[in-house]
Amino acid sequence: MKNKYSIFSLIKNSFTYHENWQKAWRDPEPKSSYDVVIVGGGGHGLATAYYLAKEHNLKNIAVVEKGWIGGGNTGRNTTIIRSNYLWDASAALYDHAIKIWENLSQELNFNVMFSQRGVLNLAHNQHDVRELKRRTHANRLNGIDCEWLDTKQVKEFCPIINCSPNIRYPVMGSTLQKRAGTARHDAVAWGYARGADSMGVDIIQNCEVKGIKRKGNTIEGLETTKGFIKTSKIGVAAAGHSSVIANMAGLKLPLESKPLQALVSEPIKPIIDTVVMSNAVHAYLSQSDKGELVIGAGTDSYVSYTQKGTHEIIEGTLKAILELYPIFSRLRMLRQWGGVVDICPDASPIVSKSSIKGLYFNCGWGTGGFKATPGSGHLFAHTIAKDEPHALNAAFNINRFVSGDLVDEHGAAAVAH
Amino acid sequence: MFIIKCPYCGDREHSEFSYGGEAHITRPKQPTELSDDQWAEYLFMRKNIKGLQYERWNHAHGCRRWFNMARDTSNDKIHSVYKMGEKPTK
Repeated sequence: MKNKYSIFSLIKNSFTYHENWQKAWRDPEPKSSYDVVIVGGGGHGLATAYYLAKEHNLKNIAVVEKGWIGGGNTGRNTTIIRSNYLWDASAALYDHAIKIWENLSQELNFNVMFSQRGVLNLAHNQHDVRELKRRTHANRLNGIDCEWLDTKQVKEFCPIINCSPNIRYPVMGSTLQKRAGTARHDAVAWGYARGADSMGVDIIQNCEVKGIKRKGNTIEGLETTKGFIKTSKIGVAAAGHSSVIANMAGLKLPLESKPLQALVSEPIKPIIDTVVMSNAVHAYLSQSDKGELVIGAGTDSYVSYTQKGTHEIIEGTLKAILELYPIFSRLRMLRQWGGVVDICPDASPIVSKSSIKGLYFNCGWGTGGFKATPGSGHLFAHTIAKDEPHALNAAFNINRFVSGDLVDEHGAAAVAH
Repeated sequence: MFIIKCPYCGDREHSEFSYGGEAHITRPKQPTELSDDQWAEYLFMRKNIKGLQYERWNHAHGCRRWFNMARDTSNDKIHSVYKMGEKPTK
């Protein structure tokens, strides 16, 4: 059992110079067999293991991760959380996640620093205005808080935005979701890892999957760099590498993996207390608690697993940032990095069974998976445990690419694909 | 940033080109006879390979011609460039 984190444990451990904190999770060697093996120790995979143990009473679970937990896209995103998606199925999916986010720190006894500071989505032309007003109405019909701000209200809500009518793409209004915001990305992985570990889940790092063994149409186990692991159920939450795992089982997925970049500035004093996104000019930004501006850039157009993008993408994003916020013209950028995102043709995720019995996929979250982490794990756990989807992820099955029942969210996905 | 050797124009920066996805996917000869599964396979399913991939590119800001390329998606190294209709050299 884990010791509870509290003000008292903080004081107690300060007497020993914080050198005797209990390990947040164990570092076990893999057992020879498990009931369920989750491939991918990011937020989605760890949350899945957590809910499998907590809500479905499964105890013999492993998470295998080829690197270290939270070292992939969980640690590389811009931490934005919102649920203002257009279609009913997506709105329900992402809002399910926000509802879990709202109590997540208490539930995990781990501060995920969820901050409901609001998210603006700016409109820069008549088409944007119409589309975003439509989305505002659609959100309200689905019970999601969303309001429309005109240019003057945008300036009042976030004074550093350049609202001059003379810029190339003037701000003509914005949507605002006040329940939206940010969270500490590492803490989400660590909190779920600690929670899952305390219920007996084995989190096995530096363990890369090399092959999937199947007998006919049934899963028998997986080959890893730490040996063969026998299991009848595999849940793949491998983000950009989902297709690589699928290919091992002889499947193809409707995914393309592309580099997506982000960057942070040198730290400055608090200047922006919300998140501002702009699809049309492709600039989005918020400020971390350390004071860095966190800036999301776009995807490159080609398939690549390099975890680095091209310079022109950053140049385009920074041009847009500087037009919207001339105040940042002399700010220096501190770090830049890339992640590999798996994008579906309809910009919606896949949380689904596959044509192979015992093989499940949670992928295709593309450029916006972080926001869904708790909801994604919760629904994927249900899908694996019951061998059928939860009502909230039924629409996000692989078969929609055969039936044609796509969930087209390119408009709300924010990063242009 | 990488340099692509257009088979018609020579070495150019990759930003002059647009990506056309996986190559050598043949359009069905009898579209009316395809099942839904076969349509899904043709339209959506991709190998999305980590490693050597055969893909199409268009020199959008140059000669505007299409061609094929063999590139390793794990390190963006280009192995060969060949014209439409030709077979990959490697």
